[in-house]
Amino acid sequence: MVSTTSATTTALRVQARPAGFFVDVASVARRAIRQIPREPEAVIPALIVPIFFYVLNIGALSKITHQAAGFSFKSFELPVAVVFAVTGVSRASALVTDIQNGYFDRLMITPVRRLPLLLGLMTADLTLVMALAVPVVLVGLALGVRFHAGLLGIIVFVVLSGIWGLVFTGLPYAIALKTGNPGAVNASFILFFPITFLSTTFVPKPYLQGWLGTVANYNPMTYILQGLRSLIVGGGGIPGPTPSWNPAFLGQAVLAIAAFGTISLSLALLALRGRVRRS
Amino acid sequence: MPEPAIVTEDIARRFGDFWAVAGVDLEIAAGEIYGFLGPNGAGKSTLVRMLCTLMRPTRGRGLVAGHDVAREPELVRLRIGVALQDAALDDRQTGRELLDLQGRLYGLRRADRSVRVDQVLRLVDIGSAIDRQIKTYSGGMKRRLDLAAALIHDPDILFLDEPTTGLDPESRAAVWDEVRSLNEQHGTSIFLTTQYLEEADELADRVGIISRGRLVAEGTPAQLKRRVGTDVIVARVESLTDTTLKTLRSVPGVDEVVGAYNEVTVHAANGAAVMSPVALALHDAGTSVVSLTLRTPTLDDVFLQLTGSHLQDGASSDHTEHSSEHPDQPRQPEVETPRATEGGPDNSSEGVRT
Repeated sequence: MVSTTSATTTALRVQARPAGFFVDVASVARRAIRQIPREPEAVIPALIVPIFFYVLNIGALSKITHQAAGFSFKSFELPVAVVFAVTGVSRASALVTDIQNGYFDRLMITPVRRLPLLLGLMTADLTLVMALAVPVVLVGLALGVRFHAGLLGIIVFVVLSGIWGLVFTGLPYAIALKTGNPGAVNASFILFFPITFLSTTFVPKPYLQGWLGTVANYNPMTYILQGLRSLIVGGGGIPGPTPSWNPAFLGQAVLAIAAFGTISLSLALLALRGRVRRS
Repeated sequence: MPEPAIVTEDIARRFGDFWAVAGVDLEIAAGEIYGFLGPNGAGKSTLVRMLCTLMRPTRGRGLVAGHDVAREPELVRLRIGVALQDAALDDRQTGRELLDLQGRLYGLRRADRSVRVDQVLRLVDIGSAIDRQIKTYSGGMKRRLDLAAALIHDPDILFLDEPTTGLDPESRAAVWDEVRSLNEQHGTSIFLTTQYLEEADELADRVGIISRGRLVAEGTPAQLKRRVGTDVIVARVESLTDTTLKTLRSVPGVDEVVGAYNEVTVHAANGAAVMSPVALALHDAGTSVVSLTLRTPTLDDVFLQLTGSHLQDGASSDHTEHSSEHPDQPRQPEVETPRATEGGPDNSSEGVRT
C-alpha cells in the first residue's frame, strides 16, 4: 500500500517524441469531431436548410415538371439537396478561431507534423458531411424517391457527395489559413452560389438557356449532379430506358470532383505552408 | 556542468524597419528561473516566439536545450513547454480533453497520459472543473490549465510569457507558487517574461531588463537593485512645502530628496540610520506625516535609472483590474500606494508608520 502511494506521488518522467503522422491526424480529427455536437448552431442549419428547400421545391415544381417534361422532380432534386447539405461545411471558422486566440500557435509548438493540422480537420469534415448526407437521402426515400442503382447506389451516392463536400473545404481552408480572418472565411460562402446554381440545379441541361447553358458546361457541379442523378434515375439528367449504372456519367462526376479538388486542395496546402512557415 | 538551458548570441528580429529584438545575448543555466522584465513592446514576446520555434531570428542564433531554434526546431519542441501570453485554449474542449490531446501530440502513451494529466492537475489545482468545458473557466483557471498543458510532457525548459497579466492577486500568487514548486521539485528551467517588477523580484534567480529590444541590465534582483545604490525612504504627508524639502536635505546622510504632490522620497546610502533623523526633521518642519516607509530600491527604480522612464505606468502591484484586452490602459500611479509596507514585492523592506 505504501509503495503504491509513493509510486503515484513520484513524478512520472515521460519522454516526449513525435507521435507519428497518422496518430497526429487522428488526434487532430478527434478533437475536431468532438467539437461538432458542441456547436449544434453550426450543424443544424446545414441540415435544415437543404431539406427545407428540397421539400419546398418539389412542392412547388413537381407538377409543372411532370406535365411539361415528364420526369420526377423529387428524384431530380435529391442530389441538389445533398449537395446543398455537404457544400461549404468545414472546420475553417473553427480554425480561424484557433489562429486568432493563439491555440494554433500552441499546436505549432508541439511536435505535431504540420500537414495533419489540416488533414485532421478534413477528416472531421468528411465524417460530418457524410452524416449530413444520410438524413437528406432518408428524406428523399421517405418521399418516394427510389434509387435505380439500389443500395450500393445509395452508398456510392453518399460517398461521392461526401468527397465533393471534402474537396470543397479546400477553399474555405485556403482562405482561413491565408487570412486568419473570420469575415473572409464567412465570405467564402458566396463561392457556394455560382458553383451550385450556375448548373443543372433546377432543370436538365437541354432546358438551360444561352449563357447559363454555356457556364454550366464548364461547371464541375453539372457533372457531379449528372453522376449523382444517374444513380437514382438511371440514365442521368432525364429518366429514360437506361441501365441502372451509367459508368460514363459516374466517371465524369469523379473527374469533376478530382479536377476541382486538385485546385482547391492545392490552394489549401499552399496556404498551410505559408501559415506554418516560420517567417 | 549540465548544458545551459538557453543560449542566445546576438539574436535579433526585424519587422519591416523595426527591430523588435535588436541583438540579445543570454546564457541561462539549467534549473534557473530567469525573469525577462520590460514594458509592453520591449521585445519580450518576440524573443519568446523565436526561442519557442514559432518565429525565425532575422540574425544571430538561439540554442534551447542545446539545439538551434532555427535549424532543429523539431528537437527543441520536444524539450520545451510554453504558456504564451493570453492563455491559448480551446473553449469547447474540457480541460481534461485539452490535456489529453496535448499528451497525444507529444507522443505519450495512453497510460502515461492519464498519469501525467493527474500529476499536472495536482500541481495546478483546477479541481472538478477539469471535466467542464473551458468556456466556463475563470481567467485564473484558464492560466492554470494553460500552464498544465505546457507541462504535460514533462519539459526540461518552460517558457512563460507574462503568466500573470490580467490575473487577480490571489490567482497570481497561485501561479507563483506553482512556478516555484515546479522549479524546486522538478528542476525545470524557467524563462519568464513579465512587466511586473515584483513578479521578477519574487520568482527569478536572475533578471534581464529589456528596453527597446536590447538587454540593458542583467543580474540577480539584489544586484540590480544595488546598482541604484541607496535605500529609499518614502514619506506621505498631508501637505508638502519647500520648508519640508529643505529641512530634509539638511539631514546628514541624506543623498537626495524628491518631492511630488503629497509624497517625498528620500534617498540615502544607509536608510535605517537616517530613518529617525528624517522623522525628526519632518516633525521639526511642522509636517504632518501620514506614513513613513523605508524600503530598498525596487526594480522599477533600476529601470528608471537605466532607461530614464518608468517600467510601466502600472509599475506598482496594483494591476488587479488590468485587462488583457487593454494592455496599454494607464493604471494608478505607483505613488498612490506605499506597496513596500505590505510585504508584497520587497521582502527586505521595513515599514514604519508614524
